[in-house]
Amino acid sequence: MNEMLDITFWQLSTAYIFILILLAIVKWWKISREKEILIATFRMTIQLVLVGYVLTFIFENENMLYSLIVLVIMQTFAIFNIFKRTKHSMSNHLKKIIAIAMVTGTLFSFLYFDFIVAQFSPWYDPRYFIPIAGMLIGNSMTGITLGVSSLVEGFQARRKEVEAALMLGATPNKASQGIVNHAFDSAILPTINSMVGMGIVFLPGMMTGVILSGASPMDAIKYQIAIMLGITGSVSLTVIIFLYFGYKTFFNKYAQLHV
Amino acid sequence: MFTVNGLIYKNILHIDKLEIPDHKIICLFGESGSGKSTLLKMFNQMLSPDDGEITYKSQPIQEFPSVELRREVVMLGQDPIVFDETVRENLQKGLEFAERELEDDQTLIKMLGKLKLDKSLDEDASKLSGGEKQRIALARVLLMKAEVYLMDEPTSALDENTEHLVMDVFTEFIRTHQKTAVMVTHSKEVAEKYADQVVYMSDILNRRGAVT
Repeated sequence: MNEMLDITFWQLSTAYIFILILLAIVKWWKISREKEILIATFRMTIQLVLVGYVLTFIFENENMLYSLIVLVIMQTFAIFNIFKRTKHSMSNHLKKIIAIAMVTGTLFSFLYFDFIVAQFSPWYDPRYFIPIAGMLIGNSMTGITLGVSSLVEGFQARRKEVEAALMLGATPNKASQGIVNHAFDSAILPTINSMVGMGIVFLPGMMTGVILSGASPMDAIKYQIAIMLGITGSVSLTVIIFLYFGYKTFFNKYAQLHV
Repeated sequence: MFTVNGLIYKNILHIDKLEIPDHKIICLFGESGSGKSTLLKMFNQMLSPDDGEITYKSQPIQEFPSVELRREVVMLGQDPIVFDETVRENLQKGLEFAERELEDDQTLIKMLGKLKLDKSLDEDASKLSGGEKQRIALARVLLMKAEVYLMDEPTSALDENTEHLVMDVFTEFIRTHQKTAVMVTHSKEVAEKYADQVVYMSDILNRRGAVT
């Protein structure tokens, strides 16, 4: 395997020129976004440096407990991120279901990926465990975020339609079918699109990483295919669990809609 | 069929006593904002009162499973809803929701004819006019042959001639099939012409207890 090309500190700092150009442009065009750009750049840098140190430590001290702690942290962060990114107010019940769907959906997909598909050895090998879990959780997080928005908006926009169905004796399940299907569609669409564009429109981050680290493209695509299937599975599973239980929170025990 | 006792719902309704007999056409009449629609929704559990009791067939209404109850006590809301499908699917929708056997095309066409809807079953229902949508929605509930019909302004989008035609069809249906209908209207003429009994909201509302 070839050694990965190293970037020196000075070479890296020249990359910040991109941000300086961006700052100059927004200032010139009077788009008041300087603060956000600076904060984002700063956060990205600091967070990655910290992660670099943390991962170095974890990789050097291979330990099941460390891998699991990282998993819990990622999961917690993802769940709170969904709450934060959803603009609509959500009931606590719905939040609970989001958390349950995230945990069970990603965990099941990940365990399957770990023990059946990739068979990491040991199963908690942090070099594989952490990035793969991160990808499954991250993509599922995006999927659920889209699904939540679509579900809440659907119930708000189509309230009268749902009520009309209930008035005719429809079960809450049947009355919200259109909204739930649409929510599933919007949650899963980015994943489907990224499969379609894979390799033609863009080389995904993971594959790029594997190639940069010196592996052959054929090895890289094998990983990429496996992880892409894993991501699709994890996103669909979490979204299905979320929707299956989530729509019910919009109805009370008398099958009345409360939005 | 229904009795209401000491019902309180927010600041909107405060009714000491009301009885709705079976096999009759009852009109709830009152100005807008008098709580007619709200009261109607309580008869099929689309809303529950904050306090007081509603009975259906002498049993507290909340003891009936809501979904089952609504298949027997069908409601047609104020805004006629058509689903983004064909006229045929829209007509079948009530039966489909109630998990009952669908009707054949001939029955559907006959129903369209009765309500003077000159439409083909394959037409896109979302392109119909407001009045046509309202008649589709009415045809949909009539096809369900429910026990009780709760109708919220079922003719609001119709011109006078069509209104009378539709009301004739509807009331004849109720009487020949021995059904019960509770209808909300703001048209005194409709209320007095078609109802067996008119309930004036101003008579049954107890303003003393209501916070205004």
